[in-house]
Amino acid sequence: MSARVTVATAYRVAAQLRRDHRTLALILVVPPALLTLFKYVFYYQPETFDRIGAPLIGLFPLVMMFLITSIAMLRERTTGTLERLMSMPLAKPDLLFGYGLAFAFVAAVQAGVTGAVAFGLLDVETAGPIWGVVALAIANAVLGMALGLFLSAFSTSEFQAVQFMPAFILPQLLLAGLFIPRDQMPELLERISDFLPFTYAYEALAKVAADDVDARFWFDVAVVVGCIVLALVLGALTLRRRTP
Amino acid sequence: MTTIDAVIRIRELKVQRGEKLVLPGVSLTVNRGVVTGLLGPSGSGKTTLMRSIVGVQIVQGGDVEVLGQPAGTAELRRRVAYVTQAPSVYSDLTVRENLAYFASVLDAPSERIDETIAAVGLGPQQSLLNRNLSGGERSRASLAVALLGEPDVLVLDEPTVGLDPVLRRDLWAQFKSLAAAGKTVLVSTHVMDEAERCDELVLLREGQIVATGSPDGLLDQTGTDDLEAAFLALAEAS
Repeated sequence: MSARVTVATAYRVAAQLRRDHRTLALILVVPPALLTLFKYVFYYQPETFDRIGAPLIGLFPLVMMFLITSIAMLRERTTGTLERLMSMPLAKPDLLFGYGLAFAFVAAVQAGVTGAVAFGLLDVETAGPIWGVVALAIANAVLGMALGLFLSAFSTSEFQAVQFMPAFILPQLLLAGLFIPRDQMPELLERISDFLPFTYAYEALAKVAADDVDARFWFDVAVVVGCIVLALVLGALTLRRRTP
Repeated sequence: MTTIDAVIRIRELKVQRGEKLVLPGVSLTVNRGVVTGLLGPSGSGKTTLMRSIVGVQIVQGGDVEVLGQPAGTAELRRRVAYVTQAPSVYSDLTVRENLAYFASVLDAPSERIDETIAAVGLGPQQSLLNRNLSGGERSRASLAVALLGEPDVLVLDEPTVGLDPVLRRDLWAQFKSLAAAGKTVLVSTHVMDEAERCDELVLLREGQIVATGSPDGLLDQTGTDDLEAAFLALAEAS
């Protein structure tokens, strides 16, 4: 592993994103716009928006970085650039951490912009520190990136890659406790949600927003970090020097 | 020719891709100091053979040794460069940005970026995004990446397809001068007039090596006066 190659990779990934103005605009505009939509959809149930507003700031990066990474990595696989890198003196962690670094930076900007709109214009409230929400947003972005990287190995076209969003992300969002608290769901679904990373990502955010940082919060954070490491290891296994 | 010159040694290489046995047991040596052309119709196994030499192909049997080491080992990743048929460069970066990135990966000095841009004649296009380049320009950008690290072994899969004749001549002159400097250059082609420029030829058909030798040697052997006819004669005899 080499810091030079990792940083060069992060810079390269960021340069590719910077070129794509529309994607960049979507990354920065969609989360605040959706948050605004949530606010007015729940206009007559302000207590619901108060509950989920702040956690949402930290969940957008998870979903978006998942999508962007799965497409970006699929492109690396299909255009031959991954094969070229694999035939060069590049260690797999250089590539993984390079992507992670670039997307963590983008997530920080995204969470910053979304947070500014949320706390400045939409009266989103958080009892806990705003930086805590932003820090979790970055961790979630890295989790989304790691999951996207891993799952990109299972799609052979961009059509398939985007289908992972409804197939893999949407059920997790529904089960995470965001829309309905988990203990109000049927027992079976609650047990299933125990095994999904989004559950812990959401719970950690909800606890920061409620300023309820207890042992369970640190457990949630540990699970998120563990999922990042696991997804990165699995992702590394899908980066093959030799292919059939 | 002494054995020291044999840089690539392949013994009984067997590669299966899906249902198809692409290479049933190929043995071949490729020497340094010359341009070796791998000639054969598409589907004959040229790309699979090249991928095996670079060490990115899963193989079912046999040995592939490059510079005295098994193909694909970590040290060889610095010394062997590979250009795939489809240009493997980032289409959303400029030529220069692509080269700067790969130069970092290869730890090549930054002067190499300018040198390789000049070598493939992309000076005027260096600030254009790859996706805005013509097909030929993109292949040259991909070739430039391979030249960055001053590799000892260059494996080029149809690098001059679709290029204008002047440029093609210049690139072949470069392959020659790299070979003259002691590098090993293996180039695949299915174009006969390119085959004439090679010092050594390997004729591949349906995964089997039909003949090897210099272009003149093959013409003598078959009693023909052009390589197309020589190839046909050898293919029919096999």
